[in-house]
Amino acid sequence: MKIIAIANTTIQLGGCEETEGTVTKQNLPLTRREFLSGSGILFGTIALSSTLAALAPSPAWALELKTLSAAEGTTLMKMGRVLYPHAKLPDAVYALLAKDLDAGASGDAKTATMLKDGIASLNKAANGNFDNATEAAKLAAVKSIEGTPFFNAVRGKCITSLYDNDMAYAAFGYPGASFDKGGYITRGFQDLKWLPEPSKEASPAAYMG
Amino acid sequence: MAKFGYDEAVVVIIGSGAGGGTLANELCQKGVKVVVLEAGAVQSPATFVNDEWKSFLQLAWLDNRTTSGNWRVAKDFPNLPTWICKTVGGSTTHWAGASLRLEAHEMKARTTYGNIKGANLQDWPITLKDLEPYYAKAEDKMGVTRTNGIPGLPGNNNFKVMHAGAKKLGYKDVHTGNMAINSVPRHDRGRCMQIGFCFQGCKSGAKWSTLYVELPAAEKTGNIDLRAESHVTRIEHNEAGKVSGVIYFDKDGKEQRQKARVVCVAGNSIETPRLLLLSASNKFPDGLANSSGQVGRNYMRHLTASVYAAFKEPVHMYRGTTMAGIIRDEAGNNTKRGFVGGYEMETLSLGLPFMAAFLNPGGWGADFSWWMEQYANLAGMWIVGEDMPRETNRVTLHKDLKDKWGSAIPNVHFDDHDNDLAMRNHAFAAGENVYKAAGAIKTFRTPPYPSTHNLGTCRMGLDAKTSVCNSFGQTHDISNLFISDGSQFTTGGAENPTLTIVTLAIRQADHITAQMSSKNL
Repeated sequence: MKIIAIANTTIQLGGCEETEGTVTKQNLPLTRREFLSGSGILFGTIALSSTLAALAPSPAWALELKTLSAAEGTTLMKMGRVLYPHAKLPDAVYALLAKDLDAGASGDAKTATMLKDGIASLNKAANGNFDNATEAAKLAAVKSIEGTPFFNAVRGKCITSLYDNDMAYAAFGYPGASFDKGGYITRGFQDLKWLPEPSKEASPAAYMG
Repeated sequence: MAKFGYDEAVVVIIGSGAGGGTLANELCQKGVKVVVLEAGAVQSPATFVNDEWKSFLQLAWLDNRTTSGNWRVAKDFPNLPTWICKTVGGSTTHWAGASLRLEAHEMKARTTYGNIKGANLQDWPITLKDLEPYYAKAEDKMGVTRTNGIPGLPGNNNFKVMHAGAKKLGYKDVHTGNMAINSVPRHDRGRCMQIGFCFQGCKSGAKWSTLYVELPAAEKTGNIDLRAESHVTRIEHNEAGKVSGVIYFDKDGKEQRQKARVVCVAGNSIETPRLLLLSASNKFPDGLANSSGQVGRNYMRHLTASVYAAFKEPVHMYRGTTMAGIIRDEAGNNTKRGFVGGYEMETLSLGLPFMAAFLNPGGWGADFSWWMEQYANLAGMWIVGEDMPRETNRVTLHKDLKDKWGSAIPNVHFDDHDNDLAMRNHAFAAGENVYKAAGAIKTFRTPPYPSTHNLGTCRMGLDAKTSVCNSFGQTHDISNLFISDGSQFTTGGAENPTLTIVTLAIRQADHITAQMSSKNL
C-alpha cells in the first residue's frame, strides 16, 4: 500500500469539541444503526509545518471505520505509538493501523471480537483508561498483554501499516521506487564522501557509455 | 514456442530456475525436446515492481508450509521457512547475483573437517577440478564480473562503508564481488543502472536470470515447450521401475499427464524432495529414489544472518546494486576460530518496508523505533556461511495438512548445529567490528530469517546407501530420474550457490545427452 487514504474532509470544523491530543472528537450526527454497529470515524490534522503535509491532499484527514468504534480506533492508534513510537510520524500514519485492523475485522466476527476484547483488556490493564494513562502506564499495559493473540495481531499489522506508506517513506528518508527515475547511476549511488574512497581495483569506475 | 503432445516421451523438467531453466536451454541447444513445467506465472522486467511487498506477492513461493526445530525462523515465520520464488525463472528473478565458485576443500568437507559430531558430512563425489571447465562455461554464460575480462561493478555507498571498515581491520580480499550483473553491456543486455531492488526482479535486465536469458535462448531452438502455472503433483513410473511421466495441474486447474523419457526435478530444496516423497508407490513405498532414506534430509540454509550499523552521516544503502560488495577473508577453513568452514560478508540492504519486517522479527518498542529512524544512515551486510548437514534437519510430508491439489504440505525441521552457532557468533562479531572500524555509533545483529539458499535435501554421493544421486544428479535408484537443483549439494560451502547450480546443470546436460545418444536413457 503506497497511497494513503486521506480524505478531503468537508466536515465543519466549527462543530468540534477540542480535546487533548491531535485526534479531535467530532459532534457528528451518527445514525442509530451506525452507532449500534460500533462504526467510528477518526479525524486528525497534520501540522502544516510538517514536511509530510505536502503528501496529503488536505491537512485535515478523516478515516471511516466499519466495525470498530472511534474510541476503539483511537486506542489502537495509541497502542501503535507505544509499540513503535515515532515523534516524526503524525497520527495520520497511526490511523492507518486502525484502518487496516478494522478492515480485517469487517466481515470476520472472530477477528472483531478478538480486537474488541483485546482493547478492553488493554484498558483494564491501564486502570480502565488506556488513552489517558501516562506514557509509563501505557507501556506497562502493553507489556502486560505481550504475546496474546491481540498483541500479536496489532504488532504484526504495525509492520505494514506504519512502515509501508508514503508518509513513513518521507519521514525516514526512503524514496521507494527508483526505476522510473533511471535508478541511481547518475543520482548518487556512490556519493558518500565521509570515508576514504576504495581503490579502482576494489571498485572500478562506472561504465557511462 | 513448440508444443509437444502429452503422449510424446520428452525430457520433462520440473522448475525453470537456475537449475531447471539452465538445463532446459543446454538440452535444447543439443537438439533435445524438452517440456518445462513451472508452477509459477510469467513475469518480465516490465512487470517487476520496485515495491517490496507487492513484489513479494508477485514472485515469492507462498504456499503453506510448516516448520519445527529450534531455529528462530520457526517462531518468527512459522509458515515461511524460505524466501524463494514461484514464477517463471524461479529464484533467479529474486537472487542478488553473487557468483562464487566453491573452494576445493569445501568439496572434501568430510576429509577436511573430520568427523563432526551431529553432522552428516561427506565429500562430494566430484572435485573442484572436475567442475572447473563447467564453472568457466557458467561464468561466461552468466556474465560474471571479474571473469572473462568483465570489469567489476562500481561500488555503492554501502560498499564504501564495508570497504573502509574492512581495510582498517586489515582484511585484504575486499571488492565489489563476482556478480552476474552486467557492469558493461554484454550479450544483448545493458549495464546495471544501480536501481537497487535486485531482490524484486531486475527491471533493466542487467542481472542474469533464466527468465530472460536461458529460456528465450531455448525457445529459439524450437525444442522447448514451457508450460507456466503448471503444478506437478506426482511422478509416475512403470513396472520396470523407470519414471514414465508426470501428473500436473495446468493453468486452468485441469489435471494432465505428460509422458516422459527422462524426468529432471528442479523445484528447489523443499519442493524437490517433497515431490519424490509424494510420488511414493507400492514399488517405492518410501518415495522415489529414496532407498537410502536420505530424500529430504541434510537440509542446509547457509546461516543467513545480517549485521546493520548506524552512522552519524548518511549512507543511503538502498541506492545501487544490493550485493556488489564482499569481504572474503573469513571464507577459509581456520579452526582456530572455534568452528569448521567459513563465511562470506556481503553487502545487503532492505527497503524501509522489509527493514521493518526483518531487522528484528517480533521486535518492538523505543529501541526498534530508533533503528528505523536511522534508516538513511544505516549500512548493512549479509553473512553467508557453511552450515552443517544433519540427517535430522529435513523436509517431511505433513501428517494432516494438504494443499489445494490434495497433496500433503511440507514440514521443514531445522536445529542449529553448535558449529553453525559458533560460526554465526564469530561472523556477527566480525561484521560489527567492520562497521565499528568505519565509525559506527551502534551495530545490530539481525537473526536468521527465511533463507534463499536452500540446499542438500537430495544430496549427491558415491554410495547409494548414503546419498540420493550420483555426481551427475542422476538418482542411484532410477536411472532416468535426475535432481537438477541445489538439492544435489553434498555440503553447502560458504559461497552463494547459484553459480554452482548452473554449473552442475551444464554438466548434467552433457551427461543426459551422452546417455541418450548411447541409448542408456
